[in-house]
Amino acid sequence: MKTCLVVDDSKVIRKVARHILETLDFAVSEAADGSEALDHCGRSMPDVVLLDWNMPVMGGMEFLCALRKEEGGDRPKVVFCTTENGRGHIQAAIEAGADEYVMKPFDRETLHSKLQIVGCA
Amino acid sequence: MIHSQPAADATRILAGLLETRTGQQIAPSRYWRIQTALAPLLKQNGIPDLDALVAVLSDPDNERLLQECLELMLNNESFFFRDIALFATLRSEALPQLRERRAARKSLRIWCAGCSTGQEAYSVAMLIDSDRDLWEGWTIEIIGTDISASVIAKARSGRYTQFEIQRGLSVDYMLRYFTQDGEDWVIDPRLQQIVRFQEENILKPRTEKGQFDIILCRNVLMYFAPETRSIAYAKLEQALQDDGLLMLGAAETVMDQTTLFSTAREMRGLHCKAVPGRTGASVLPPPLA
Repeated sequence: MKTCLVVDDSKVIRKVARHILETLDFAVSEAADGSEALDHCGRSMPDVVLLDWNMPVMGGMEFLCALRKEEGGDRPKVVFCTTENGRGHIQAAIEAGADEYVMKPFDRETLHSKLQIVGCA
Repeated sequence: MIHSQPAADATRILAGLLETRTGQQIAPSRYWRIQTALAPLLKQNGIPDLDALVAVLSDPDNERLLQECLELMLNNESFFFRDIALFATLRSEALPQLRERRAARKSLRIWCAGCSTGQEAYSVAMLIDSDRDLWEGWTIEIIGTDISASVIAKARSGRYTQFEIQRGLSVDYMLRYFTQDGEDWVIDPRLQQIVRFQEENILKPRTEKGQFDIILCRNVLMYFAPETRSIAYAKLEQALQDDGLLMLGAAETVMDQTTLFSTAREMRGLHCKAVPGRTGASVLPPPLA
């Protein structure tokens, strides 16, 4: 079973994402910000990270840059999942090492197809 | 909502009209879709319910309203690179083989039958363009057809909402082939030059002349009754080159559906003409002398 870490400060979004991911046979963990997510990755590196952009304490971009410097941090596929929907944001995320990008709102089909694109579903 | 018997009769009549005009069936378990799909039209036209709508549609002068109803009832769900594995096979195996076969004439014709809002036709265009060095000097023609005028208009516009653009499309292709215009994303005009859309009913005589090297007819035939499906298969067979390929939806198969096509064993999800004496073991038979 593949593992996915959902990083979002919204409890509702984490709940929705968890529900969809579990129907796609993922084991799901949650973190409310980038710092919590980094701690989690230090203990156990997930296969996929579903990552919000704007979060308190540590945002998505800062987390991504830190993750990619960690030992084994190049392995997880990182899929941004955010309301930052401008082309500039998307390009910046990809240049920083994200693998895919989901613009909120999203549904099961969207998430499933993005996970297929990164080879995790 | 609990429907009274008259409303249930109305949904049956509307479902029957849809099948008669388009071939598309709605299973009784999904009749609820009719009420949902037509609710905005009822409101817009001040028609109280489906019973009243059926009465209005019985007047031949209301043909235009009937067309609107049919368009709303059609299942037009579509997204980019639907069934990603099939498109991977198309890129890695089918297109390279056809490139070899058509090397002398350097032209390739592809038909997306039942193309809905255009995502599938544009997906094929993106696949080919991403290997454009290999197609240098080729004439590529992709034709998308659909019975619905409104979906053809949308397909021609090449404009997709944020929700639509990310269904199946990788961020790489999105950035490469689309520009952002407010909330929408618009296809690269270069791709629009090789893709053409037109209204056409798959059950009626073809308006497009000539044959195709690849036909995609995906998640269309599954909504047809067996006898209607046979008519469609005959038309597809007639339109396909003898060594061409038919691509159906991931959940569809030609097995036990038609004798005109056989499954291509070497390319999962693709089908070829059932030529007498050929077992289907080879996806691309030798070209005709």
